[in-house]
Amino acid sequence: MEEQLEKELRFHIEQHTADLIAHGYDPTEARRQARLALGGPEQVRESCRDARGTRWLLDLWQDLRYALRTLRQKPGFTSVSVLTLALGIGASTAIFSAVNSILFEPLPYPHAGRVTMIWDHGADNPRLEGTFGTYRELLARSRSFEALAAMKAWQPTMTGPAEPERLDGQCVSASYFRALGVPPALGRDFDSSDDRPNGPKVAILSNGLWRRRFGGDRTILGRQVKLDGDAYTVIGVMPGAFENVLSPSAELWSPLQYDMSEGRAWGHHLRVVARLRPGVGTDQARRELDTIAHAPVAEFPRPPWAALKLGFLVNSLQDDVTRSVRPALLAVLGAVMLVLTIACVNVTNLVLARGAQRRGEFAMRAALGAGRLRMIRQLLTESLLLAALGGACGMAVAQFGVRAFVALSPPELPRLGAIGLDGAVFAFGVGLTTLIGLVVGLIPALPASRHALHAGLLQSSRRTAGGHQLTRRTLVVAEVALALVLLVSAGLLLRSLQLLFAVAPGFDASHLLAMQVQTSGHRFDDDGTAYRFFADALEAVRRVPGVAAAGFTSQLPLSGDQFGIYGLHFESNPNDHPQGDEPSFRYAVTPGYVEAMGIPLRRGRLLDARDARGAPLAVLISESLARRKFPGQDPIGRRVHFGPPSLPWATIVGEVGDVRQTSLAVGDADAFYMTATQGWFADNAMSLVVRARGDAAALTQPIKQAIWAVDKDQPIVRVTTMDGLVAASAAERRFALILFEAFGIVALALAATGIYGVLSGSVTERMREIGVRSALGASRGDILALVVRQGMALTGIGAAIGLGGAVAASHALVTLLFGVSRLDPIAYFGVIALLAGVSAIACWVPAWRAARVDPSITLRAE
Amino acid sequence: MTAKSDLPQGTLDLLILQVVALGPVHGYAIAQRLQQVSRDVVQVPQGSLYPALHRLENRGLLAADWNETETGREAKFYRLTRKGRAQLETEAASWQRLTEAVGLILKLSEGGAK
Repeated sequence: MEEQLEKELRFHIEQHTADLIAHGYDPTEARRQARLALGGPEQVRESCRDARGTRWLLDLWQDLRYALRTLRQKPGFTSVSVLTLALGIGASTAIFSAVNSILFEPLPYPHAGRVTMIWDHGADNPRLEGTFGTYRELLARSRSFEALAAMKAWQPTMTGPAEPERLDGQCVSASYFRALGVPPALGRDFDSSDDRPNGPKVAILSNGLWRRRFGGDRTILGRQVKLDGDAYTVIGVMPGAFENVLSPSAELWSPLQYDMSEGRAWGHHLRVVARLRPGVGTDQARRELDTIAHAPVAEFPRPPWAALKLGFLVNSLQDDVTRSVRPALLAVLGAVMLVLTIACVNVTNLVLARGAQRRGEFAMRAALGAGRLRMIRQLLTESLLLAALGGACGMAVAQFGVRAFVALSPPELPRLGAIGLDGAVFAFGVGLTTLIGLVVGLIPALPASRHALHAGLLQSSRRTAGGHQLTRRTLVVAEVALALVLLVSAGLLLRSLQLLFAVAPGFDASHLLAMQVQTSGHRFDDDGTAYRFFADALEAVRRVPGVAAAGFTSQLPLSGDQFGIYGLHFESNPNDHPQGDEPSFRYAVTPGYVEAMGIPLRRGRLLDARDARGAPLAVLISESLARRKFPGQDPIGRRVHFGPPSLPWATIVGEVGDVRQTSLAVGDADAFYMTATQGWFADNAMSLVVRARGDAAALTQPIKQAIWAVDKDQPIVRVTTMDGLVAASAAERRFALILFEAFGIVALALAATGIYGVLSGSVTERMREIGVRSALGASRGDILALVVRQGMALTGIGAAIGLGGAVAASHALVTLLFGVSRLDPIAYFGVIALLAGVSAIACWVPAWRAARVDPSITLRAE
Repeated sequence: MTAKSDLPQGTLDLLILQVVALGPVHGYAIAQRLQQVSRDVVQVPQGSLYPALHRLENRGLLAADWNETETGREAKFYRLTRKGRAQLETEAASWQRLTEAVGLILKLSEGGAK
């Protein structure tokens, strides 16, 4: 376009020149005349561009080039600003990407909002797993769902031509995949004829397992695979894109095939998922289920521990899987937004400081006829360019941040695989960057262009500095306030974590190794074989050098084990329901477990070899139960009943300390211990705990070898130190704390540089005043105090405002706090002291410079 | 040299459209034609000719092609589009009405002065 215009004008001049020569002009004169007639070439070109409406494009290009040049001239300013923005934008984009994909993006199921979780609302635990009995009743009585499915974990060992492998799977009701809305990609779904007691042994494989074990062979359908010694017919393969949020590691599924006559039909160990009928809302379903819960019918008798007195907990699957991480994620999102705000304030401050230096330039441009809007546009172009550079670097930071986030994330965090920089995240980053560019540009642009004309040219900028200093100080106060909010939040979390780790778990976690040992195969259908295996394994483990004590337990504290809550019926309370009223954790253990864990004995004796199968039933109860059921009395010798009615009364032989089972923060300590062999069924998975004389983790291999020497086919999983479990129990809080600490430190550093920048600027501008003061006899200490006072005043105002903000923000943190009030004075005072200390350092440097001002030099310079 | 009049506001477009209506023509020829036809009475500022041409092209009243002149040089030839022809007709008509009205008023005031 430009070239064509050029060519057209050249043609005109040459043609005109030729005509003039033909009229007898001298060639040089002819050319001159022709040029004169056309007018200034640049003006003509400009007018032509105007006429075409391409002016703005060229202006933009000009602004951009100019902006680039000015940014390049000040590499220090540019790199600090870009880096600050990159940190802010990168961190917030990373956090946004995680929060967006976990909390806001729908789960990868059709009409995902209709997938619903149903829990029994227990007295102590509002999210009690359901029982098969309840599931069966709901299936018959509820009308809100088009599919209702129960599920439980299943860990079969696959044997065959390849080496045996322990797999994660699920036993599910036939309608499980219909509840999620994803059918198998290959073969058929389960149907109701599969899911009945003693039904056919069929399995559906995940795409991953199918590819890994069977090379993606499509003839797998109808073939048989060996699982725990049984032949299962493969009837389907799930699609590769199927994401099973209810059990992300599950690789195969088989029908639940529950029998009501089974002893476990009333055990709380099933999760229930359902798909709402179209047009039925969650609230409507909740009301219907509550009605069912409060209106038992004779056809479906309920035992007292599954009487559904409190009804059900009904929530969408998405809310359900994100429930535990939601507060932490939202708090972290809030924190990162604060950091971003501080970063923007800091850059605005830098731009302002530079604006003061550039006042002459703008005055000159205004005098040469630049319009005010044009100059604002120039400033905006600069700040947008700055923001764009920051945004581009920020995307790289975000890339890294997402990876760090995933690495740091607590194990409960669902859908980690879905976190990434996708379109929505990119749009967020670009939008954020533009917004920052506008804000950072407009705040300094408005006063800069206003001042430009009347003040700038006179170079009396020092007299007008007041306005800028006021803006900059306001910004610093804002920075300090925001930093304080972040730091107080971090402080509260830190205190919570300290207090949480100060909670005694009820056992001695040091030098303690734990692993789950499972029995696999039909040999173990006979309980005696299972008991014998665990006893032999324990003997072998105890012989391993370095083992001080060892024992097996049916459920391990803090491991997430949540099966085995049973009602206790104390003989001393004849009004109790005969099947028990006190829901308590059942620990089926081998003698030696309580000793190995270091759980203290309060009264009586521990379990030992006397308490074998056939001997009178002996139990230990927890301190909390003893205190409540036998206040001021000795529980030893009293009798208690649990389990099926056929089981005889058990005698309490000892009272032991309370143990945190669910997590450090939850105090549901009611528990009873019995020897596994005296129980009414053998658990097929037991956790081994080993107290080591030295390093616990180092014993892992020798212990595994010892167990495999007893039976080489039995899987050993979930190997961990108890220290590790204790730490993992606080993972969400720790996760939030790490991020808050990082953000708090960044905020503190930014606020400190803000204070430093403003004071430095102020000292430079007041050089003359300081010179006069010291000439009039002010001591160095006086000058020092003058500057430091100025800086600390800013800090003080900011801290006061920030305190208000922190008190308000602490509301959002309440669910993450433990054992500490949201107004915990230690956190607040500690943070204020820290902030005061850091800002004192930031003040000190400019103050020191001011104190060293030589009055004779400054005064002469004026 | 005779005294030259400035072109009344907005008439340059009309004149250009009229000249171009006679057939495809390049910018220099338009300038020449305007000068000749007006017998040097009307001063067409050459500097505003090109912006006007570009404006008209941008509004879709003119179209342009690069072609060879009789002397074998390459030049940008403007021609009238259909929209341009319609515009020329309406503007010419309104110009006629305007000049008639102005003429009438001038005659009236002459009569009044007598």
